Amino acid sequence: MAKQPAAVVGVGQTHHRAQRADVSMAGLCREAIDRALADAGMTLDDIDAIVVGKAPDLFEGVMMPELFLAESLGAAGKPLLRVHTAGSVGGSTAIVAASLVQSGVHKRVLTVAYEKQSESNAMWALSVPVPFNMPVHAGAGGYFAPHVRSYIRRSGAPTHVGAIVAAKDRTNALKNPYAHLREAKTVEQVLASQMLWDPIRYDETCPSSDGACALVIVDEDTAAASPNPAWIHGTVMRSEATTAAERDQVNPQASRDAAAALFKQAGITSPIDEIDAAEIYVPFSWFEPMWLESLGFAEEGGGWKLTESGATAMDGRIPVNCSGGVMSSNPIGASGMLRFGEAALQVRGAAGEHQVDGARKALGHAYGGGSQFFAMWVVGADKPTS
Amino acid sequence: MSRTLSAPVTVAFDYTRSTGPVLGRFLTGLRDGVVVAGRTSDGHVVVPPPEYDPVTHAALEDFVEVSSEGTVTSWTWVPEPVKHQPFDRPFAFALVTLDGATRPLLHALDVSSPDEVSTGMRVRIRWAEERVGAITDIACFEPSDSPAPDPAAPLGAPAGAVDPVTGIVVPVSLDYTYAASPEESAFYRGLAEGRILGQRCPSCGKVYVPPRAACPSDGTPTAEEVELSQTGTVTTFCIVNVPFLGQRITPPYVSAYVLLDGADIAFLHLILDCPADEVRMGMRVKAVWKPREEWGTTIENISHFAPTGDPDADFDTYKHHL
Amino acid sequence: MRDVAVVGFAQRQMPEFDGSPTCVELLVPLFEECYEQTGWTRRDVGFWCSGSSDYLAGRSFSFVQAVDAIGVIPPVNESHVEMDLAWAMYEAWVKIQTGEVDTALVYAFGKSSAGTLRRTLSLQLEPYTMTPLWPDTVSLAGLQARAGLDAGLWDERAMAEVVDRSLRDAEANEYAVRKGGSSVEELLARPMYADPLRKHDCAPVTDGAAALVLAAGDKAREVRERPAWLTGASTYVDAMTMSRDLTVSESARRCAAALDLGGVDTAELHAPFSHQELVLRREAGLGEDVRINPSGGALASNPMFSAGGIRVGEAARRIWDGRSDKALAHATSGPALQQNFMCTLEGTI
Repeated sequence: MAKQPAAVVGVGQTHHRAQRADVSMAGLCREAIDRALADAGMTLDDIDAIVVGKAPDLFEGVMMPELFLAESLGAAGKPLLRVHTAGSVGGSTAIVAASLVQSGVHKRVLTVAYEKQSESNAMWALSVPVPFNMPVHAGAGGYFAPHVRSYIRRSGAPTHVGAIVAAKDRTNALKNPYAHLREAKTVEQVLASQMLWDPIRYDETCPSSDGACALVIVDEDTAAASPNPAWIHGTVMRSEATTAAERDQVNPQASRDAAAALFKQAGITSPIDEIDAAEIYVPFSWFEPMWLESLGFAEEGGGWKLTESGATAMDGRIPVNCSGGVMSSNPIGASGMLRFGEAALQVRGAAGEHQVDGARKALGHAYGGGSQFFAMWVVGADKPTS
Repeated sequence: MSRTLSAPVTVAFDYTRSTGPVLGRFLTGLRDGVVVAGRTSDGHVVVPPPEYDPVTHAALEDFVEVSSEGTVTSWTWVPEPVKHQPFDRPFAFALVTLDGATRPLLHALDVSSPDEVSTGMRVRIRWAEERVGAITDIACFEPSDSPAPDPAAPLGAPAGAVDPVTGIVVPVSLDYTYAASPEESAFYRGLAEGRILGQRCPSCGKVYVPPRAACPSDGTPTAEEVELSQTGTVTTFCIVNVPFLGQRITPPYVSAYVLLDGADIAFLHLILDCPADEVRMGMRVKAVWKPREEWGTTIENISHFAPTGDPDADFDTYKHHL
Repeated sequence: MRDVAVVGFAQRQMPEFDGSPTCVELLVPLFEECYEQTGWTRRDVGFWCSGSSDYLAGRSFSFVQAVDAIGVIPPVNESHVEMDLAWAMYEAWVKIQTGEVDTALVYAFGKSSAGTLRRTLSLQLEPYTMTPLWPDTVSLAGLQARAGLDAGLWDERAMAEVVDRSLRDAEANEYAVRKGGSSVEELLARPMYADPLRKHDCAPVTDGAAALVLAAGDKAREVRERPAWLTGASTYVDAMTMSRDLTVSESARRCAAALDLGGVDTAELHAPFSHQELVLRREAGLGEDVRINPSGGALASNPMFSAGGIRVGEAARRIWDGRSDKALAHATSGPALQQNFMCTLEGTI
């Protein structure tokens, strides 16, 4: 049995900031939802079901917050699901929402992912002490820095490649009115910023943001009314363990497997030639070249060359994170859905100033945990043929 | 000896919540000693006001002031209060429909026995001595003698809020008993004897340290105990220069993956006794233990790892651990 | 819609699990039981989905280590809901309906005893004006029970009858942590605890885990002679507010209305408080001829995050062995029956 066609017809996001002191959690979500519904030309009454995603509940100190949010999100009287797959959650939430349509269970599904990180402190929430153990690494940066070092060693990448990515993404964000950090950066400025978790510098890390993203995903009949649906060509989720003997932590098998399965579904044989824009989850700048290799845009050890050549710039061969990416806005639970939503905006020709001319197929990508949870989709301007 | 080691853990944080305009209006009222309700499109007067109308889904904007007296519509006895409830002695939680409202508010009712409560009884708000703009500005409800007023009494719009409440701080503190798995417990108990114990997976033969309840590659519990060498190789590392909440080691310090000789997985620890910028991938290191009298069942018995001075391991010997 | 059936079920329930909140060591034997029941290996499972709660465990990403129990080389197609097992099963059912996979193993786990459960659950409430008062689960259920008592919709005897039947039935359930029949009179003679609730009106704090196996079409027929076909599934949520009419559960009624309940002979209802079974029976329109909670239900044991899915498993077992031809299974979440899931299982399609 084949999946029912499904398309994104509405994308909404908040103005992401370090602290959105002007809104409650419900208000934050509704800002994204209302924009997505307006984009889709719908109201909450048109929606069949709602899927909520966010990262750990300790961030906001509410257990299963979708329950208290139900009425404000317009979910009362409707089906409501809550997904949590660590940092990949924004992506996997969108995939669960898509599957509700692709299965034929629902016709019009709203999905929203959010994080209001200013309610607590992410470093604290991720490092609650465990008895008998000791906190050796410091938050996510401390976790990923050793693996970035491994990448640099394995690939022989020059040490300024991370700065190239950071400068590109921060500068791209100037064209995204919703981005949290909107500041032009040069490679030199990034290189001059403080070394936090050596080899990761301050300007090579993502911010901590309050923000939300919402998508409206609909069936074929409903999509017919949209001037520019983003058709879903493939979705994939893959998981492996955080730590396992001899696990490749630079280029995890789950990531490689996920990309292979995704592109096969989407009928893509050469990602770099067939994907026009990619929104890749890059919370630390070095993950751009790492994921370029893992996703098959470059051969092993060649990701940094692609980045260094300028191919991932907005006018390059494979523009990556034209929105500014996670490096510019990081409401953790929403960050994956923002990648998925920005990919949809590109193929709908609706990305505004950061639009890649003529984008027809785009990749949305998210990962989480210790590079062990992966969620990805390919969306296209054309209805998939198979 | 119990099968597993356990210890208390408190997960505590003072959450800073921004309230948004609707809840902010309600909390501003409490601070000022009045109860602000919301009028919804289906004609209900609701306390606290819902942020969005349940029917139209629009942000709520119609506020009215209701009485601080009302009627109990349901109640329950709380014989054994839990931490941070309004009272640390038995009390009642009650749903109270304030005069002027059509939907009840949940709060505590200060009575000394369940015999003193009944549905339909009249109660009034006892305000907290100091009001800050929080639900706890209502200390509780208490019994009242005044009869219910004429239900047709018109509701007034609340006075304009001066210096509105926009945020609250909500301390959340939970106490847990954390237990290590039996495999981890064996590891920590080994550390208390100065030994580093791993376990070998019977399926794939890999040696895990710490041992695992299941080998993550094939789901088989690790079984055969293997005592590991106290020397190993730094596979990769990071120099931590950043201070963070809860940090117990002063930066800068090196956090490294150490692949102990005989193990098939590296584990994280500190590298000290040499300048941070001299730590290298492939560096040979050995465990440095704290004085024996400070040992417990904890990884902290190993103070850190220090360079052995031996030549670095060849990249090929550990590259498959990166 | 594809024909999908429950073909495997394993469970563990206990008052206090002496082990880590990751529950990995509980899950390993559960998965083994599922493999034995189906004749599969982990590689035959097309999709995995789990349910658990970080706040139950007291730490972020509490579900991450659980995949160790699967063995994830090669990596797996996997998801996680911060919800009960029943909703993890729903996500898997939807996944199978897309045609992407034919089989799924879903699981959930929780160590309720790690903290003070009724207090921990206060964190589920509206965080601005409710949680600061720390209303505990038992108190919220008491408000609901009183509303029905005052309205004359049920009485103490009806509640005691639910308890009496549940604890009698639990005697045949090796996993029940509270069991043993007495009599309605004896139950009513016991003292009030959280007036209007007696202790036996409230589910016992329970640790545990459970797993369910789903398969489509011939894959299901290969496993069992009489698979428990999922002929309908529905889920709805209500506003959280305690100021609604607590004597009804609109979302439960919607769930029931979305299903064909004609011919249901058995119902496993997830009612952690005795009066909630009465609400659910009314909302689902279940008659006197329907056998309610033959497992003993949640009043006998209520492991957080798997108790709802266990209702599905208990119903499926009765379909497999022919004791039931059509069963209703139900799960709930949130205070006072706020969120509900229902599905029908049938022996023939």
